[in-house]
Amino acid sequence: MRANAMADAAAEGVNEGPPADLDRRIVLATQGGLPLVPRPYAAVAAQLGVSEATLRERMAAMLADGRIRRIGAVPNHYAIGYTANGMSVWDIDDALIDAVGERVGALPFVTHCYRRPRHLPDWPYNLFAMVHAGSREAALARVAEIAALLEREFRGACRRREVLFSAGILKKTGLRIGG
Amino acid sequence: MSDAKAGAGERAGSGGRRGVAARRAPDDIDRRLINALQGDFPLSETPFAEVGAALGLSEGEVIARLQSLLDDHVLTRFGPMFQIERMGGAFCLAAIAVPEADWPRVVEAVNAFPEVAHNYRREHALNMWFVLATESPAGIDDCARRMEAATGLRVHLFPKEKEYFVEMKLEA
Repeated sequence: MRANAMADAAAEGVNEGPPADLDRRIVLATQGGLPLVPRPYAAVAAQLGVSEATLRERMAAMLADGRIRRIGAVPNHYAIGYTANGMSVWDIDDALIDAVGERVGALPFVTHCYRRPRHLPDWPYNLFAMVHAGSREAALARVAEIAALLEREFRGACRRREVLFSAGILKKTGLRIGG
Repeated sequence: MSDAKAGAGERAGSGGRRGVAARRAPDDIDRRLINALQGDFPLSETPFAEVGAALGLSEGEVIARLQSLLDDHVLTRFGPMFQIERMGGAFCLAAIAVPEADWPRVVEAVNAFPEVAHNYRREHALNMWFVLATESPAGIDDCARRMEAATGLRVHLFPKEKEYFVEMKLEA
């Protein structure tokens, strides 16, 4: 059988294809999650017809160059107590946006912070800062803290802001590339 | 965090509106396991045994708890988190203003796209916010156009112009 032949060839360290191709097959095999068995990497390696050592080497290389951010668990943030998930959005003077972004992103309670394009006239906001907290009040207090900090350190740079609270997760599968 | 109501908050309500909801609150052992698994999961032969040893749990207990946390949606996934941009692909935040009456149909249509990595309902005129992940940068616009055709609604794209900070871990 072809799969067995591939596995035998792989065990001898030949015919595994170019690394880029193998790496893509590793993404396809693991994007839905790692198998929950005592030797998960051996299981994925067997599925791909390569040796476990090869698989772990390739995954280590992907971790080292950032193609894999990390290996681990993604919690449903509601389930672990972060029930208020506020996306704060800010209309910041273009001349100061990077300075403001770096400052806001460095705050301990901001989990994501990005500059994004405005969609005028309906969407004037160019800075997005995600704030997770145990309650809406706590999240809003943190957003007010950001606003006060901006007023102190970048007076006049912020023209307008809003907080968009999450009212539910509709999907959270992570990326899925095609086979 | 240690909010006793954790997990119950999103449990009620119809699936279409609330989406993925946890079926139970994690106990103390679950929380320790979740925190440990948000670090670097070992790239070793028997990683669950290693994680268990650090927590005083057997390999079997770690695997069984992990399975249960995934089954109950306390965890949404377990495995490698890929940075598709480092592989020549793209992520993009997108939003749609969905008319309330059309909500269930649009949730289904949008979630059916494999490019939608996650999707949240938010309180705003733009009430649906999701992330697209595609294998090429051109795939984002292509996906947005197909989604506009499928939903009949405008898809607003908010590509990141600069990343100031990303935290990959939330303490349980």
